[in-house]
Amino acid sequence: MATQRHVEVSEVGDVTVVRFLDRKILDEANIQELGQELFDLVEQDRRMKIVLNFSVVEFLSSAALGKLITLDRKQKAQNGLLKLSNIRPEIYEVFAITKLNKLFSILDDEADALAAF
Amino acid sequence: MPDKFPAWSVEQRILSRVGAGGDFLQSLLKQLERFAWPERDRFGIRLAVEEALSNAIRHGNALDDDKEVGIRCRVTQDKFWIEITDQGAGFDVTELPDPTAPENLTKPSGRGVLLIQNFMTQAYYSEKGNCLVMEKQRSSADGH
Repeated sequence: MATQRHVEVSEVGDVTVVRFLDRKILDEANIQELGQELFDLVEQDRRMKIVLNFSVVEFLSSAALGKLITLDRKQKAQNGLLKLSNIRPEIYEVFAITKLNKLFSILDDEADALAAF
Repeated sequence: MPDKFPAWSVEQRILSRVGAGGDFLQSLLKQLERFAWPERDRFGIRLAVEEALSNAIRHGNALDDDKEVGIRCRVTQDKFWIEITDQGAGFDVTELPDPTAPENLTKPSGRGVLLIQNFMTQAYYSEKGNCLVMEKQRSSADGH
């Protein structure tokens, strides 16, 4: 299991599970760093199946959504798959309002996300 | 029912730097907790204020050190009200592209105003577009 500054990365079979470490994905500098850590998983490590587990995340801003969208684009460009899980209701509402629940594959929990590949 | 606590009012100016509204936001969140606002309401207010301040600092004042963002805010047990004014040229909110349109869905930015409008009871811009007033009525016990 590898821990970067903002995420913890582990392997379950051929799936990379990424757990956020920050309760609030908010601060501009942190979002930049977080984005780079996520992009590295795709661009450097070529992880083809990724689950982002949001269980500890209580708050995120639209700037954080922007990083997730860019990550999704990069992952699709390499024909990889990205799934999101454990999103609490308030944050899911942000995805629903912005219709990003249509763009992302969002599952209730990590087990469902792993089974969905 | 009279408010248990007197209203909290604040008026301040912040610099046009990323994160400059952090202290104000922490004070606001404390007040919302003091008035026992529901968690979902506090989430929505925080999100709307974060997005509005970020827009004022980044887009309105373009991170110009010579410009400030004015904040006036009032919180009671039932109502949240805030006015955020930047010193930029303003914009026409009706000209903003719809971020939920299929052609815009994969763009990484442009969702702040949509979120503000959804989480607030009311949100309106001045004619020039450099002043935003947001209001939220406390949700009832069933969350509506």
